[in-house]
Formats: sequence, structure tokens, C-alpha cells
Amino acid sequence: MRHLRAINQKAARVERTVAAPPPDAAPAGDVVALQQGSAPPQQPEGPHIPLGCSLVFQPGWEADRNGGTAGLCQPVERDLFDCHRGCFWPAHVPDQLNHTPDWTGKCAAAQKDWRNIDLIFP
Amino acid sequence: MSLLAQGEFHPFTAAGRRFLYLVPSAAVFALDEPAAALIDGLAGGRVPRRDLLAEVGPRFPDADLAQTLDELEQVHAVRTVAAPPRPTPAPAPAPAIIPLTPFPLTTAVLNVTNQCNLSCSYCYEYSEDKIVDTTNGAQPKFMSEETARKSVDLLFNESGGNRVVHVSFFGGETLMNYPVLSRVVPYAREQAEARGKQVEFNLTTNATLLTGEMIEFLAEHDISVTVSIDGPREMQNRFRVFHDGRGSYDELLPRVRELLRRHTSRPIGARVTLTSQVSDVVGIYRHLTEEIGFQEVGFAPVTTSPGRAYALDGSGFDRMVEQFTALADEFLEAALAGKHHGFSNVSETLEEIHKGASKAYPCGAGLGLVGVATGGDVALCHRFAGSDEHKLGTVDDGIDRNAQNAFLERHHLANKTDCHTCWARPLCSGGCYHEAHTRYGTSARPNLHYCEWIRGWTDVCLRVYGELAERNPRYLRRFD
Repeated sequence: MRHLRAINQKAARVERTVAAPPPDAAPAGDVVALQQGSAPPQQPEGPHIPLGCSLVFQPGWEADRNGGTAGLCQPVERDLFDCHRGCFWPAHVPDQLNHTPDWTGKCAAAQKDWRNIDLIFP
Repeated sequence: MSLLAQGEFHPFTAAGRRFLYLVPSAAVFALDEPAAALIDGLAGGRVPRRDLLAEVGPRFPDADLAQTLDELEQVHAVRTVAAPPRPTPAPAPAPAIIPLTPFPLTTAVLNVTNQCNLSCSYCYEYSEDKIVDTTNGAQPKFMSEETARKSVDLLFNESGGNRVVHVSFFGGETLMNYPVLSRVVPYAREQAEARGKQVEFNLTTNATLLTGEMIEFLAEHDISVTVSIDGPREMQNRFRVFHDGRGSYDELLPRVRELLRRHTSRPIGARVTLTSQVSDVVGIYRHLTEEIGFQEVGFAPVTTSPGRAYALDGSGFDRMVEQFTALADEFLEAALAGKHHGFSNVSETLEEIHKGASKAYPCGAGLGLVGVATGGDVALCHRFAGSDEHKLGTVDDGIDRNAQNAFLERHHLANKTDCHTCWARPLCSGGCYHEAHTRYGTSARPNLHYCEWIRGWTDVCLRVYGELAERNPRYLRRFD
């Protein structure tokens, strides 16, 4: 590297890895799902791009075969949390500016903590 | 369109140079000016790649900014938040999960007694915050020689491939069970020789019972000694008193002086407990090093539930950061001149920064370190020794791997949601289990009451580290 100088031992290791990435390294920018591996939970590297947005035809995502949400192939909370921030979300989500600023307070990493997002009962 | 944003890091400046402490890798990189300008260009949020290059470009006509940006992305200091679609890559292999077991032991802390000749008001073992009933509880008051030997056997049996193991003596007041301690040291040496390993010892004491014979023994066997002492007479005598309320300073001083005179093969450290009333860090340091002669002094805030008279509150922690900073500046001056400075809180943190420690657990408790209670119960560490709730086995039956697994799974940093956005988590990892247990009633909670203090202190140490890296990198080689 010419513009960054590795200072501590870990930085030197990062530099070596960048110079010669291991053969099994995941490609940068890979799309990852919400839950990966088993305990301890793994944080996916790189950007987290929500799956199943409106541009993707993915049956079973927004409504199940009966038109409800009980049998979705992906958890509804995942879609709610991802889309209202990163993407277009057509429906009402809790107002995080005024009424429920802490709605996602217990959800630091959506990939892992999405279960902590609850419904709001005004 | 490709949108860029800052990655997760803590920026700091030292010796006029910009640095990044990257999270979670714990790598420290120094930036050149174009790299720093690119990072600053992203300070306001997400910026399209070409806008960023167009904005920063004119200031550095000769620099290869695209290359700089690539490097920042490679170390995750800059990340892409939206990228143009591209062909689906092959599925990534499952992430490598480090197997947590079997985890070899490096250290066994033997609580050789739960009795003490002092009656320090803030003591976590006896005061209002105690976990184990040491007066009427099930654990015997003194560890038998048999249990001590079994503890040593357990340590060696569970030490796996570790070449060096550590036996640590703790109490109560450790020296109240000097007979057992003096017999188990040679036993551990024999065992080490028979197994082709090395064993090191350390002992924590209040020093009020030290005799010439004991000092001779400690020196002869190269036992590292840590003395619990709070500073000059009036500070020491405020909390560290005998059962009749008498201060312990005058009792301790001649003994410590003799220890320091005779025992020179290992650094003798002082360990200071800071409270709302004893918080003059610089003054205490001066007294302990210059007037008494300790080589190392470490400070820690008292562990207590909130509301106790001696507990440090928010402003107490703020004052502590100020004073730690003043002493850290002194450390830096000494280190720049290649000299020793005994403020061990700095040297310990520098070593972790230098190695790039990124911890899933705050300490070795329940991993490579266990505490053994007087009766032989094995617990997370010495602070939980004897507690049934935190038991990981016994010296007879060995370590209960199921209990250990359950503990490790529950206490992994990934379960501490509050820590996920904190840049200091690679070093802190939520903080002391015992502190959390005392504060919140559970060892699994992160210690949110001292987050600001941890971040402030880590920032100070990073700046000391950066200064040394720029101005006297040779000094840092001792941490290699």
C-alpha cells in the first residue's frame, strides 16, 4: 500500500491479506441473507443489500399463498426494517423522528437483531 | 451509481499525523494527506464515487486518488453502500467459526483462603455486594494442600499445547494460608518439569502479614507480587483498615520496603482501588513509585453497585479520565526518551493495541483462566470463586465443558447489542463480568455505566500509541 501505512501488527496482517487474498475469500459486495451460520452469529462483511425488493420477483415474500403474512418465506420484520430505511417502502412504518425514536434501538445489526423490532401499539 | 460511505473506525491524530483505528479488525493505519482528505470527504454521509474524486481531486493534482480510494476500501475504512448490478457471484463459503472448545487453560487463580485480616469497606468479597457467603457458606475458610495440588493438576491436565502455565494466588488475604502456598509452589515446579512445561507464579497480597521468611521464599521462587495499596497514609487508611478500624499503612510500609529491597527478580506492582474519596491518581502514583519504590502501578475503579458512598459517579469517572490523561502524558514523555514508566494501565493497553486485539470476550475468565474456590469448586475467575451460579466444575471432576460452552455462547460480544455501534468494542468487549454482575445482577450485561470512560481512555492510549509509532517506534518493539 502506498497511501496507508500499517502501524500495528493487525494492520500488517490486513495488508498481507489484501496483497494476497486467501482463495476462499468472499467477493466484495456479495449479497448476503439475514441469518448466516450458527452461534456465535457472524456479521456479514461488506454492504448489506436487502433481498426481495420490488424489482425482484420473489413469490412468498410480501404475501403468502393465502394473501396473509403467516406463511412468508422470509420474516416480515426483515423486510420492514430493511426497506423503510434503505429502499422504497410503500406502507406506514413507525415514525422514528417523533413518536417512536427508539423503535430500532435494540436492533443494532439487522442481520442478527431483527427479532427485537416489535410492533407499535399507539 | 456507486455510493461510498465511511467504514467503521475511530480517527485520531498524533504527532501531527492522521490515524484510523479500524473496527472490528483493530488495525491501526496512518493516512497520507490524500487518504485523509477522502475520509473527510465522506464525513457528511454517502457520496457518489465520482463526486468524491471530483471534489478532492483538484487539491492533490499529483496523487493517484483512485488508488488511494481502493486502498481505503480494501482495509474497510471506506465501504460501498450501493453498487451497480453485476453477475451473481458463486455462493460464498460458510464463514470460518473458530471452535471454542477445547480451550486450553493458561491460568488458574487459587483462592487459598476466603479470610482476611483487613476489613476494607469496599471489598467485593465481604462488603454489601458480596456474591458468596464466606462466613457461613459451604466453602471452607482455607484451601487444603490436597485441593491446591489438585488445582495444579487440573491446570496442567487442561493446558493442552500451552508451554507456559500460570498459577496465581489470591484470597481473602493470600498470606493467611502461607503454609499451603509454600508447599504447592515446589509441587507445581515438579509437575512442570515432569510434563516438560514451564510454570510461573504470582501472588496478590495486602502485605500486612509479610515476614522476612516469606519475602525470602517469594524472591527465591521468582514469584511476581502485586500489593493492594491505595496510596499515601491518609488514602490507604480511609478504606483499607483492620477489623478494629485501625489503618493499615504503618503496618504495611516497612514490610513493603523490605520486599522491594530483597525481591528484585520480578517487578513488584501496586494495585490501587479508586473510589469517590480516593481519586488523586497522579499523587498516588508519585507516592507509590518515588517514595515507596514500586516499579509498576495499576489503577482500577472500585467495583460496586450504584449508590454506595464510595462508588464513583459520572463526574468521578470524568475526573479519573483527566488524571489518567495527565499521567499518560508523563508516560509518553518517558517512553519517547526510551525510559521506563510504571503506569501499567497504559502499557497494558498499548500492548493490546499493538497486537491488534479484537476480543469476543472481555477477558480470559472461563476461557483460558479459571478461579478455584477454597473447597475446590472451579469458577469463572477468582471474583466468582465459590459461587454456585458461576461454577464451571470442580478440581476432582474437571471442567464441565457443557457449562463452559453455555457460558461462552451467552457472553459472546455478538449478544451485547448495545456494543455493536461502539468503536471501542474490540478492546472492551463489554467489560468485567463481575462488575456487570454487581451493577446489573447478571454477568451477561455490558457495563454501560462506564462506556464514556472506556472510550475516553482508549482514545488517550491510541494517541500515545500513535505518538510512539511516529516518534520512537523502537519503543513499541517490546510488545512484539
